[in-house]
Amino acid sequence: MAGDSTADIKAHRLPEDEVDANFRDVHPPLARSEALIAADRCYFCYDAPCTTACPTGIDIPAFIQQIRSDNLKGSARTILQENIMGGMCARVCPTEVLCEEACVRNTHEDQPVRIGLLQRYATDPIFDQGTQLFSRKPDTGKKIAVVGGGPAGLSCAHRLAMLGNNVTVFNESDKLGGLNEYGIAAYKSVDNFAQREVDYILSIGGTTVKNGLALGTDFTLADLRRDYDAVFLGFGLGGVNELRLENDQIEGVEDAVAYIADLRQASNKAKLPVGRRVVVIGGGMTAIDIAVQSKRLGADEVTIAYRRGQKNMNASSYEQELAQTGGVVIRHWLAPKRLLTDGNRANGLEFEYTTMDDAGKLSATGETCEIAADVIFKAIGQNVAWSTLGDAADILELESNRIRVNEARKTSLDDVWAGGDCIFGGEDLTVSAVQDGKLAAIDIDRQLNNH
Amino acid sequence: MADLTSEFLGIKSPNPFWLASAPPTDKAYNVNRAFEAGWGGAVWKTLGEDPPIVNVNGPRYSVMYGNDRRVIGFNNIELITDRPLDVNLAEMRQIKRDWPDRALIASVMLPMNEDVWARLVPMIEDTGADAFELNFGCPHGMSERGMGAAVGQVPEYIQQATEWCKKHARIPVIVKLTPNVTNIVYPARAAKAGGADGVSLINTVNSIMRVDYDTLTMFPTTDGMGSHGGYCGEGVKPIALHMIAEIARTADTADVPISGIGGITNWRDAVDHLALGAQNVQVCTAAMVYGFKIIDDLTTGLSDFLDQKGMSAVSDLVGKAVPTVTDWQYLNLNHVDKAVIDQDLCISCGRCHIACEDVSHQAITNMVNGQRRFEVIDEECVGCNLCVSVCPVDGCITMQPMTEGTDPRTGRPIVAEKADWTTHPNNPMRDSN
Repeated sequence: MAGDSTADIKAHRLPEDEVDANFRDVHPPLARSEALIAADRCYFCYDAPCTTACPTGIDIPAFIQQIRSDNLKGSARTILQENIMGGMCARVCPTEVLCEEACVRNTHEDQPVRIGLLQRYATDPIFDQGTQLFSRKPDTGKKIAVVGGGPAGLSCAHRLAMLGNNVTVFNESDKLGGLNEYGIAAYKSVDNFAQREVDYILSIGGTTVKNGLALGTDFTLADLRRDYDAVFLGFGLGGVNELRLENDQIEGVEDAVAYIADLRQASNKAKLPVGRRVVVIGGGMTAIDIAVQSKRLGADEVTIAYRRGQKNMNASSYEQELAQTGGVVIRHWLAPKRLLTDGNRANGLEFEYTTMDDAGKLSATGETCEIAADVIFKAIGQNVAWSTLGDAADILELESNRIRVNEARKTSLDDVWAGGDCIFGGEDLTVSAVQDGKLAAIDIDRQLNNH
Repeated sequence: MADLTSEFLGIKSPNPFWLASAPPTDKAYNVNRAFEAGWGGAVWKTLGEDPPIVNVNGPRYSVMYGNDRRVIGFNNIELITDRPLDVNLAEMRQIKRDWPDRALIASVMLPMNEDVWARLVPMIEDTGADAFELNFGCPHGMSERGMGAAVGQVPEYIQQATEWCKKHARIPVIVKLTPNVTNIVYPARAAKAGGADGVSLINTVNSIMRVDYDTLTMFPTTDGMGSHGGYCGEGVKPIALHMIAEIARTADTADVPISGIGGITNWRDAVDHLALGAQNVQVCTAAMVYGFKIIDDLTTGLSDFLDQKGMSAVSDLVGKAVPTVTDWQYLNLNHVDKAVIDQDLCISCGRCHIACEDVSHQAITNMVNGQRRFEVIDEECVGCNLCVSVCPVDGCITMQPMTEGTDPRTGRPIVAEKADWTTHPNNPMRDSN
């Protein structure tokens, strides 16, 4: 129970081969025969609801029909011309709330076409073989700076390069890919796919990458505006929301995002220390990812505590189910009230039960409970780390602390565009970030090159 | 329970399903297995004059697939039996002895020389076979030697060979017709004129399956070269049904008993054949794809169907639909159908819309008041049935006749009187009355 004196955190809770098995592809790719059968279920809808539901507007019936005739290169082109990260999106998109939710097969028989897996089937060979599907237009002579090497920045860079522009990507980390590299649950992107996708995106040429350079530290937005014809900001969310409890910086309270990044970069995941009892605070994808991965590393008891109800969780019901069938307990209507500590270490949490009225207002009931924990992960959202970004916050118009953009993803500045998680109205999805980058690139090119 | 017992040309079998003359009836081993499985009869793999023909040692078969590798159409270049005549005759004799209640038909293909018929027909009949079936249909290999389809495409030859067979046979003679002709009624008439007791159709349709996409040779090949084959399986059923119906509804051939062949895979296909004039049916491809066990679906499905229709015997079903087959010129041009979409069943795939919009009459919406919705525009609908055909939901779109009022497309009143092309003012050759 809460109050134990020694935190039980250690590596090698499971044998290495078991950990390896736990972090293999969560959805193994379709074999050709499976893909053909799955593709045959597509009705080739007119004005297809799946395409409408896709933030990047991939012509899904078209690419599936191309699969049916073994025209995989054509199929991949259909996908990647709208979404250059169609390979990653095939792995990480919450298709159950996007294309597959919209599939008319749900009405007919309660089982959508397996669009995500088909998209992966069509695109995998392109990345495996490095088949270049795109070419660059003649050099426009224009220089564009892209800040952030995540999905938004890379999508923007690729489209700009295709259109003949010269791009420099400023990336704070050692590797490109952003959350694809550091954030996605490991079992969703195996075999170093994020880097293989990055390599593919850059292989078209026209893009220079500068890793290890951060806005606000190594250069300012003013520098970029001076040196480049246009700037695209896709720096994501560098800050993590705090629990706002007394003593919440204490040992034993960890940032889920940082741990997930470590996990993604670890060559031997069995060596990662993991608690015996893990409590995760939050209700989104990060909460699910850290909970499931903790369990797969060998944690005994993993509990997600969320202050609202099941339907309010940002994580899709599919993801919730993935966690629950993997042994994670999800408890709703629990708001963290107080950290339980043992000396300088948190060893549990006191929660207060909550309730929601008809207007959606949340309040505490006064009833409480305690959950013991060796590790507490906070996964309650992220924010733009404006304090680290230098002059950007001063010269950009913001809304709810995110960058305000118009439909073309242009900011309040005439030479600055933005996309991904750092803009207001973003959806915290790789696929949305890709669309932001693509739209911004098209608008930048239109403006710079007078199309 | 309906009685499935079948009698064709006086030949009794426990059900109307015979295996057609083809690989499944090549030898006693297969036919024994087929009869054990419950098949009503077997038309033995076509016999010929010794020495036996030889088959290629490369691919004999190729197929057209659906995406799940479901066989939709089937192509073959196998010839008639490649075994000595005496071996076949001995096995046939034994089979007939072991299975006296089943029909055993001797398919034969002999050259256009009466002496050969005179010599072989009595020998074959001596096995105890219930009838002859003259193979005038095989479209490859044998036709180059002046047999098979080479006979079946020339009515005079059909008549001549049939006469020879009838002259030397005491058992009934069925003439098997090739579909590789312009008008099936002519060969059917020739068979009748030659004294045939019945006809069976269709044999296979001349076909090349496809090319090999790597080598750009035809596919399949034997050592780099290929030859056209005979097409059969589900894909040919509509061709067979048309030809059967033509014979069944033409005045001077309507009395010729028909054994229906072509694309029968399940009991419903058999209903098609029987209702359009066949008295029994023969099956090959479905057995080649799925094995003999499909007989269970064929018999139980047909039996239940007959019960459901209040029919006590297969013969009640035979020819039921024939009177509804006519020439286009006699179709009632005053009749008006409109497509009706059941919105409760509609899954909003939009296929009806795009089919109608792109290639037909622009008679189905895709947006109504800003909402994705598919509704028939009666002012444009010509009742063509394309939307029904492409809709993936069974029963969602139906064609419904207008019985009163005015056709909103033409502005003409709906009338009960029939009027067809023969009297239509636009017909320059209309009946003057």
